[in-house]
Amino acid sequence: MTYLDHAATTPMLPEAIAAMTEALSTVGNASSLHSSGRRARRVVEEAREVVAEALGARPSEVIFTAGGTESDNLAVKGIYWARRDAEAARRRVLASAVEHHAVLDTVQWLADHAGAEVSWLDVDAHGRVRPETLRAAIEENPGDVALATVMWANNEVGTVNPLGELAAVCAEYEIPLHTDAVQAVGAVDVGFAASGASALTVTGHKLGGPYGVGALLLGRDTPCVPLLHGGGQERDVRSGTLDVPAIHAFATAVRTSVEHRQCTADELTKLRDDLIDAVLREVPDAVLNGAPADGSGERLPGNAHFTFPGCAGDSLLMLLDAKGIECSTGSACTAGVAEPSHVLLAMGADAVSARGSLRFSLGHTSSRDDIEALAGEIGAVVTRARQAGLAGMRKQNHEQGVQ
Amino acid sequence: MRVLAAMSGGVDSAVAAARAVDAGHEVVGVHLALSAKPGTLRTGSRGCCTVEDSHDARRAADMLGIPFYVWDFAERFTEEVVETFVGEYAAGRTPNPCVTCNEKIKFEALLDKAIALGFDAVCTGHYARLSVVDGVPELRRSADEDKDQSYVLASLTPEQLRHSLFPLGGSVKSEVRAEAAERGLAVAQKPDSHDICFIPDGDTRKFLDDRLGEQPGELVDAETGAVLGRHTGVHGFTVGQRKGLGIEAPAPDGRPRYVLALEPKSGTVQVGSAERLAVRRIEADRPIWPAERPPAGPTECHVQVRAHGGIAPAVAEAVGAGVAIDLREPLTGVAPGQVAVLYRADPGGDVVLGSAKIASTA
Repeated sequence: MTYLDHAATTPMLPEAIAAMTEALSTVGNASSLHSSGRRARRVVEEAREVVAEALGARPSEVIFTAGGTESDNLAVKGIYWARRDAEAARRRVLASAVEHHAVLDTVQWLADHAGAEVSWLDVDAHGRVRPETLRAAIEENPGDVALATVMWANNEVGTVNPLGELAAVCAEYEIPLHTDAVQAVGAVDVGFAASGASALTVTGHKLGGPYGVGALLLGRDTPCVPLLHGGGQERDVRSGTLDVPAIHAFATAVRTSVEHRQCTADELTKLRDDLIDAVLREVPDAVLNGAPADGSGERLPGNAHFTFPGCAGDSLLMLLDAKGIECSTGSACTAGVAEPSHVLLAMGADAVSARGSLRFSLGHTSSRDDIEALAGEIGAVVTRARQAGLAGMRKQNHEQGVQ
Repeated sequence: MRVLAAMSGGVDSAVAAARAVDAGHEVVGVHLALSAKPGTLRTGSRGCCTVEDSHDARRAADMLGIPFYVWDFAERFTEEVVETFVGEYAAGRTPNPCVTCNEKIKFEALLDKAIALGFDAVCTGHYARLSVVDGVPELRRSADEDKDQSYVLASLTPEQLRHSLFPLGGSVKSEVRAEAAERGLAVAQKPDSHDICFIPDGDTRKFLDDRLGEQPGELVDAETGAVLGRHTGVHGFTVGQRKGLGIEAPAPDGRPRYVLALEPKSGTVQVGSAERLAVRRIEADRPIWPAERPPAGPTECHVQVRAHGGIAPAVAEAVGAGVAIDLREPLTGVAPGQVAVLYRADPGGDVVLGSAKIASTA
C-alpha cells in the first residue's frame, strides 16, 4: 500500500498509541473530586501544559475540543457573537476564500442566520492571502469588523500564509485573528504568542494523534461565546466531560511531532521534491499548483498538488487506487462526489482544471518506496485517464446522435 | 472481465453486482450522482438521487468486498435527461426518461468512461435477458414478466449491448430479494422505485409547470371543432388521457372523451371519443436493430408502445430511415415520443427485434 494522503489523516505515532492505551485502562472523570478524578485531572492538566509549551501558548489558553471542525466553529461563531454583543456594529467577518469548509461554511452560516456580513479575501495565484488584501478589506470600515480568519497553511495546495504579517495588520486595528493551523502544526514552526493570532485551531489526527480530539488556543483577552453549554469544563467556553485518554495521546503527539518537526520537515521536503520531479518527468504537462517548492518555506513540506490537463480527478484516483496508491482529489461532499475545488477556483483555475487535480501528501511514515511506486504508475494512469477524458461531465464529446 | 457495476442503492443492482462477483469478474461498484442537489434523508422519497441511496450502494459494495466510488453525472443527466424530458413535453410528446437515461447516461456516458478506463462491461440490475452469440447480441424479455425491462433497454445499440451485463434477466424479483437477504444485503427489503427519480414528490404536472410556465390553449372537439374549454399548457396532457381534462359539459352522446392529439404550436388539445383514439398504423424514426440490420421485408412481430402494456400483433417494415408499423389489432394511448419496441412473433414472443421512436400515428 502506498499511502499518499497524510493531509487527510496520518497514522498515529507509536508514542501516542502507547499513551492512549495506558490511559484507556484507568478510570476517572477529570471533574470528580476524589482520588481517581484528581488523577484524571492531573493527566489533562499535564497535557494542557505540554500542548501550551509545544505551541508557544499559556496553559490557560488551551481549550480541548473534539477536533478541528469544533475548534473552527467555536472560534468563528464564538468570537463573532462576543464582539457583536459587545458592540452591535461589529458584524463583518473577513475570511479568506480558500478556507477549509469547517471555516468557510461556518462563516456562511453566520451570514445566513446571524446577521454577519462577509468580506471574502482574495488570494494570489499561489493561494496566499496578502497582507495588503487584508488591510484593504479592514480599511473599508475598521469599525464594523468582528474578526478575521485566515488559515495558517492550506489543506489542498499546501500554501503557507504569512501569518505573522497578517496578525500584525489585525493588531493595528485591534481586530482578533483566528487561524486554522490544522495542517501547519508539526509541519512548520507554529508559535501562538509569537504569531500574534488571537485564536488557533489544532487537531490530533493530522499530526499523529487520535481522531476526535484537538484544541482551540484562545487568547486570554479574547472573548468567546460558547457553542456547547453544560458543565463549563474548559474555561466555561467549552463543556463536556473531558476525554482523558484522547487528550493524553493528543498532547503526546503534539509534543513528539513538534520536537521532531525540523528533522521530519527536512526529510519530507526532500521526498516531496523527488515526488514532484518524478511526476513532472512522467507527465511533463502536469502543473504543480500552489507555492513553488523552492525552499522558501511557502509550501508545506509534505504537499504536492497537481493538475493533470485533460483528466478527471475521480478517474485518476480510481486508477491509482486500483494500483494500491492512495491520494485525494480535494474536498469531498457528503455523497462522495468530487466537487471542483473552491481553493483552485479562488486561485484562478477554471472548473475543468479544478476537477482534474490530485493531491499527494506525505507524512511521518512516507518513504522513497512510495515515490517510486507512484513514479512507476502515474504515467500510464494519466494516459488512461486522458482517454476517458472528461466523459460523463459534459456533452460536447458526444454530439453525434444528440438532438 | 473487468466489470463496472452501476449501483443505485437498490436491491436489484446490488444483487446484480454480487452475481458479477460470483461469476469471477473483477468488479468495481460505482454510484452515479445524478442530482446536483441530492436531498438528504427524506422520508418517503423515491428514486436514486438521495444521500441515503448512495449510502446503501456503498454498504452493499462493502458487503461484496469491492471498491466503490461515486461518479458525478449530474451535469450530463440534467442536460440529456431532464432537459429532454421537459422539451419533449413542451413539444407535445410524451417522453420516457428511463429510456433516455439508459441511452445517454448509463450505456453511453458511463459505458464510454468505463471502457476508456479499462473496463470491459457495465453491469446493471435491469430485468432483461442478454446473450451475445458470435458477436451478435440478443436481448429478450425478463423471466419475470411483471418486472421485464427489455422495453427500456431496446434502444441500446448492438455495440452498447456487447458491453452490457444484466445478471438478473433469468430471475424473478422474489428470488432476487431472497438472494439479497441470504447474502446479508441490508437493501433486501428496500421498496422498489416507481416514480421518475428527478421528481421525488411524483407531481409531474407541477414539475413541468415550474419549468415551462403557463402556455394557455384550447381544448377542441376533434369532430366538430367546437372549443370545449381552456388549459394552461399542452405539457399537462398525454395522448389517451381521460381524467383531468377540465371540461364542464358532458359529450352530447354521453360517452367519455379522451385526449387524441396535442398541437404545441397552437396550444390546441384535441379531444374525442375512444374509437378515434384507436391507432392502426405507427410511423417511427431513429430505429435501433440489436442484430445490426433490420429484418428483411415486412415482418410479423409484436409491438409494444409503452413501458407497461400496450402490446399488439403487427407487421413492421424498415422504410428509409424509419419504420412503418401496421397493427393487426388497434391500440389506444399511443403517444408520439414514446418508443415502439418490436418483439419476434414466435410463441415466446420475447426476443427484441428492434425499436424506434414513435413519430406519428394514424
